[in-house]
Amino acid sequence: MPGNNPGMLQNAGILGADSIILDLEDAVSLTEKDSARILVREALKNVEYGNVEVVVRVNPFNSEFAKVDIDEIARVKPNALMIPKATEEELIAIDKMLINIESEEGFDAGSIKLIPIVETAYGLENVYSIIKSCDRIVAVLLGGEDLTSDLGIVRTKEGGEILYARNKVAVACRAMKVDSIDTPFTDTNDFEGLEIDTRKAKSLGFTGKAAISPKHIDTIQYVFAPSEAEIKHARRVLEAMEEAESEGKGVFSLDGKMVDAPIINRAKNTVELARLLGLI
Amino acid sequence: MMNILGREIPEYIEGYGKVIPFEGTFKRAGIKVKKEVKLNSVTPNDKKVLCGIEEVLEKVELADGMTISFHHHLRNGDYVLNLVVAAIANRGIKNITLAASSLFPNNVPLIEHIKNGVITKIVTNYMSGPIAQEVSRGILKTPVIMHTHGGRARAIESGDLHIDVAFIAAPTSDNYGNINGLYGRSACGALGYAVADAQCADKVVAVTDNLVAYPTCPIEISQIYVDYVVQVDSIGDPAGIVSGTTKITNDPVGLKIAKMTSDVMVATGLVKNEMSFQTGAGGISLAVAAELKKYMKQHGIVGSFASGGITGYIVDMFKEGLFRTLFDVQCFDLQAIQSYVSTHKHQRMSASMYGNPDNKGAVVNNLDIVILGATEIDMNFNVNVTTGSDGAIMGGSGGHSDTAAGAKLTIIVTQLMKARLPIIVDRVTNVTTPGESIDVIVTERGIAVNPRRTDIIEKLKKTNLPIMAIEELKEVAEKMTGKPKAIELTDEIVAVIEYRDGSVIDVVRKPL
Repeated sequence: MPGNNPGMLQNAGILGADSIILDLEDAVSLTEKDSARILVREALKNVEYGNVEVVVRVNPFNSEFAKVDIDEIARVKPNALMIPKATEEELIAIDKMLINIESEEGFDAGSIKLIPIVETAYGLENVYSIIKSCDRIVAVLLGGEDLTSDLGIVRTKEGGEILYARNKVAVACRAMKVDSIDTPFTDTNDFEGLEIDTRKAKSLGFTGKAAISPKHIDTIQYVFAPSEAEIKHARRVLEAMEEAESEGKGVFSLDGKMVDAPIINRAKNTVELARLLGLI
Repeated sequence: MMNILGREIPEYIEGYGKVIPFEGTFKRAGIKVKKEVKLNSVTPNDKKVLCGIEEVLEKVELADGMTISFHHHLRNGDYVLNLVVAAIANRGIKNITLAASSLFPNNVPLIEHIKNGVITKIVTNYMSGPIAQEVSRGILKTPVIMHTHGGRARAIESGDLHIDVAFIAAPTSDNYGNINGLYGRSACGALGYAVADAQCADKVVAVTDNLVAYPTCPIEISQIYVDYVVQVDSIGDPAGIVSGTTKITNDPVGLKIAKMTSDVMVATGLVKNEMSFQTGAGGISLAVAAELKKYMKQHGIVGSFASGGITGYIVDMFKEGLFRTLFDVQCFDLQAIQSYVSTHKHQRMSASMYGNPDNKGAVVNNLDIVILGATEIDMNFNVNVTTGSDGAIMGGSGGHSDTAAGAKLTIIVTQLMKARLPIIVDRVTNVTTPGESIDVIVTERGIAVNPRRTDIIEKLKKTNLPIMAIEELKEVAEKMTGKPKAIELTDEIVAVIEYRDGSVIDVVRKPL
């Protein structure tokens, strides 16, 4: 949400999102950049966000605002900074800035994380090395609007034009064991479309999705949460596994199908996620 | 003296009389006597239709010191109250007590009439706009008496509030005074607030802009109560009449509160077949109705009744078969009016049937769940809906205290802070509804349950809902807003807040 909206800053934490992105970049006009920075800084100091992850999207590193954004915001310890159109060199430079700031402020080294946004053709093609460039990176956000703009193509609801981008980002993130955040769905009132779009992202391996409206949170969480049936099945797999282990069996089957390592892993992930979401 | 809620109230108030202090929600239940009604019998030769308001005032012998009454079914579009009071002023009459069930911004002409001594006392259930602000500044020499909707009916039926002349704005009337609110250009639907006036006032006048052939059908207020009928050009502005409902809130915080409220209702086990429900017409209250509708449809629940002022949203639920019937004391919008016209299962209830504690059982007694608002809530769960953050009158109980007293589950839905002020305070500026009637407060940051309701606390513990002590909720608010300064008040009493049983629950003192 825009960083220069005090009402939103105040209420951001209670709307149900797992992370909130307080924006100093595109949602804030040029004349409001300083207000946004000050308000976000003060919000981080004074507002209790509880368990919600607080991410601040700073201005692009090559803009006049970026360095003061990073300097002021990092010192009030957000969970992460989100870097638009990030390149490897920029991320390394930001990492150096943060090392100094963390040391000066007495924060644990590496405690401020980074989330680069992949929203250019360069960023997309180089996503793996971008993630590799810095240990602070915990996730990547795919920025569909800017990416299609960079490519000179039309952005559609159905999203066929970003299929390659989604595939690539999801895979690269998985390879580097970081989270992948899908681009937001921009029609605030089309919940059916939102669900379809979110399911597409999930089916390609994304671990989360950005929302530009709090109304989207419920649908996104519903799609990403394991269903009752999935949780039940996962528990059965794990129970069968324990039984097999106690009988000294290495391999076992459930419902006539052989259960091997990938299935067990998926079951463990499902149960873990369900616990995290308070579903069990 | 202090009443049991710790509110300082004189034993006698000039312009009001001896004070019966509030002692508890049903402490005054018992044997009640209804007033005698004196009337002029009407013979076959008598004609009721008069030529204009002037002739009406002649015939009813409107004189200094009388009490006149009006209903508020035409809301901010009403013309009748201002018209009649202007005519009374023109005749040089003074010291009138105005017993209007509610007063709105369009009643601003009353300010001049008060300054000129035409109106010297007001009795009402709700007031907003300039008249409320002027009253709070002490423009009247005697305090306004603020009733609840049920309490006003009680006062009229018992004789505590004696009405000399009731002027009933009638969207439809025949020449013998059979009235309904269903038809005519100024249709407003159910006339719940006019019934007690019609039945108990010394003289009753139907003021209509739709005089129809005898007999009109249906009859909401019978000819046997009406003395005179007068036709005027217009009794109200339809746009102002049907604008009672706001839209469902779009604010994500309001929607979150609504979702949490729905979870609370479900967790208590009261959302089931034959349930009854009432909600207000404000944005968050309607969002709660929307959440309840979703749940009821998903689980195939059919309720017994929904009640209150009826909005299009409740009508939608009714039409989808989620409630067997509606009890309607006033229609807030066109959709409600149309529903009331179209089916007998959308039933009118008078204000007395709605909430009078001194009859053989009001509808609120059978209500399972009610959703209400608040301007302030204190550590004892006392709720203020009478005065605002500046100490001035901006509302009044309406049906708040009545429904809260009767309902099995009373939920206050509110943002924790409005503008820069916490809604939860150490001590409310004024008590409208006593804490013993309030069960749960739902805000976006947490839910507080009245410690008396250990049953609800147990049920909600089993959920993931953020239950916290009301003191904690206040601290959360104050952490963000700082501790607000107390409103400074003078000793001058500008309003007496009468509880539904006729006792005094609080007084409004003029802000400094």
